[in-house]
Amino acid sequence: RLPEHVQVDDPAALKKLAKKLERQQVPLRSDYGYKVSLFSHLHQYSRKSPPTLQISIPATVIHPSIVRLGLQYSQGIIAGSNARSVALLHTFKQVIQDYSTPPNEELSRDLVNKLSPYISFLSQCRPLSASMGNAIKYIKKEISNIPSQCKEEEAKGKLQACIDSYINEKIILASEAISKYAIEKISDGDVILVYVWIHSERKFRVIVVDSRPRLEGREALRRLVKKGIRCTYVLISALSYILPEVSKVFLGAHALLANGYVMSRVGTSQIALVAKAYNVPVLVCCETYKFCERVQTDSFVSNELDDPDDLIVTRNGKSHLENWQTVKSLGLLNLVYDVTPPDFVDLVITDLGMIPCTSVPVVLRVKNVDQ
Amino acid sequence: MPGADKETELSERIEAFLSELKRCGSGAGSLRGSAETARETTSLLRRITAQARWSNAGDLMEIIRKEGRRMTAGQPSETTVGNMVRRVLKIIREEYARSRGSTEEADQQESLHKLLTSGGSSEDNFRQHFTHLKANVIEAINELLTELEGTTDNISMQALEHIHSNEVIMTIGRSRTVEAFLKDAARKRKFHVIVAECAPFCQGHEMATSLSKEDIETTVIPDAAIFAVMSRVNKVIIGTQTVLANGGLRAVNGTHTLALAAKHHSTPLIVCAPMFKLSPQWDSALQELVLRSFCFLLPGEILSKVNAHCPVFDYVPPELITLFISNIGGNAPSYIYRLMSELYHPEDHEL
Repeated sequence: RLPEHVQVDDPAALKKLAKKLERQQVPLRSDYGYKVSLFSHLHQYSRKSPPTLQISIPATVIHPSIVRLGLQYSQGIIAGSNARSVALLHTFKQVIQDYSTPPNEELSRDLVNKLSPYISFLSQCRPLSASMGNAIKYIKKEISNIPSQCKEEEAKGKLQACIDSYINEKIILASEAISKYAIEKISDGDVILVYVWIHSERKFRVIVVDSRPRLEGREALRRLVKKGIRCTYVLISALSYILPEVSKVFLGAHALLANGYVMSRVGTSQIALVAKAYNVPVLVCCETYKFCERVQTDSFVSNELDDPDDLIVTRNGKSHLENWQTVKSLGLLNLVYDVTPPDFVDLVITDLGMIPCTSVPVVLRVKNVDQ
Repeated sequence: MPGADKETELSERIEAFLSELKRCGSGAGSLRGSAETARETTSLLRRITAQARWSNAGDLMEIIRKEGRRMTAGQPSETTVGNMVRRVLKIIREEYARSRGSTEEADQQESLHKLLTSGGSSEDNFRQHFTHLKANVIEAINELLTELEGTTDNISMQALEHIHSNEVIMTIGRSRTVEAFLKDAARKRKFHVIVAECAPFCQGHEMATSLSKEDIETTVIPDAAIFAVMSRVNKVIIGTQTVLANGGLRAVNGTHTLALAAKHHSTPLIVCAPMFKLSPQWDSALQELVLRSFCFLLPGEILSKVNAHCPVFDYVPPELITLFISNIGGNAPSYIYRLMSELYHPEDHEL
């Protein structure tokens, strides 16, 4: 079934969504600004109008920590798939803590129903990422597996423990395992190019590549400088200038798709392309909980459009795009993700080991068998 | 004395031009286009020809070479200045040869034959005096100026041959030539333009607003999205700062990435460049870096501990380019060397 957030150009789907949200008492967020025609099937929201504006305080249907989380998502305060998933799981722990089973209801069924409007609200604030989707699937499965004789306190404790172990295993320990594997790949005196954050320690020089409009590389740069690693900082347009001195490229991933494509922050495919042209190895670091069964071949069909006003910038006292809304034929496109074909990626480092890109469906099958 | 006044006035003008070049070079982004620089250089050279003291072609060429060296030293990355100096030197050689009665073209074509038979250097040392040489040279420079004024129009006239309706065209940064090219095609056809903004100066924003004012459907994308949207692009049309003798480009940074992405998707890459941008020099060590621009991107205490790089130009190899559109028509990159030998004399490559 096609997810709702890629059917914005279908009026029937929009009506269905509006009805569902009305039933759940979740506000519907409206699109903002002129959308480029190639992306008319995606939402485009403005940061200046968060969905929380339309909720009455105190919110009756939606738990307050979910409202806070939704606001943090929509304003970009919590960004990055790991951070978002961890925040989501912690908030669900809070929700489970405050939950009390109504009489004549079973916890395993009622709690799942309670979570549905929360999830709708969060996806209105910002479309769910693949990692968040996997986490939610896991929680729902755990909840429905609670036996009916279980007492409420015990059930809640069990669920909290499940969530804690999920965070610990799949996210925290996974990144440590990935770091260990990644360190093996780094030799002394290497020059590494990073596009997202990874932590390790050996004598090497790091080049941080950053791109507008998010400029997330600045945070990575700050952490690296604090650790005392020699760093260089460039914008993504200077890639051809800096690549001849790079020995390896490390990239992070938002999700790994079943056909081997890597879905990641926009610009990643560009870095992989130019690295390939200069014969520099490209390594992708990705935890297994981000693997997903979807397949995708281009960056258009399923993506996210960020606030177009982020592209506006002032240079020499002038900002040319300030009144872009008034110009009829002008559109701003602020893509969030893009997909990298597997032939650009040499190795994927996961918590299960180092695998080629094309082994993603194997890992998924093994995981399903385990569960 | 009128002669001395003229000379001081001439040297004043040359000084003013030099300081203008230096000032433009140190500002963020170019404050004037290359076409303007080319026109001003040529007018200045015409003035030098008219007002400086010289008795034969050799003297004039020495004077022009000397001034040319000073001007190129003032702003080495602005290659149009040197190109115009070389064009004028070639004009002088041609006019001299015509006054003497021999045809220059024959010399060019049989250069290999000449190498074998003549052996020694030609006795052409340009010392003969001709009364009408000055007038002829000035007239030829005027023709050159007329050609310079018409370059953008000549290029835009070819627009409809290359753009059909409902196309998606991608460009990067801001190029006045490409802007005129696209606006000319937009008068008759409807198409869509995607502009990559070209951080950190973001000249693409200006280009996009200017294009959208002519009712062209324009979209601005950040540099990171170039590869992501390339699969839907039909043609890539770019301008350049310099065209090199091997058919490669020195263009604004980010162009090499754009060219690689276009190659990957087999999208044609078309370069709109007038002939005065063709340069025989390749200064591989010259890579302008602009560090000032990072002050607003990074906080001070981090900026002091890292190396920040911000190159201004990229080198694009000729294999990635499909077509050059210039004021004399369309050419493949493999033909550029021949065009160059028609514009400049080999002895002038090194000023």
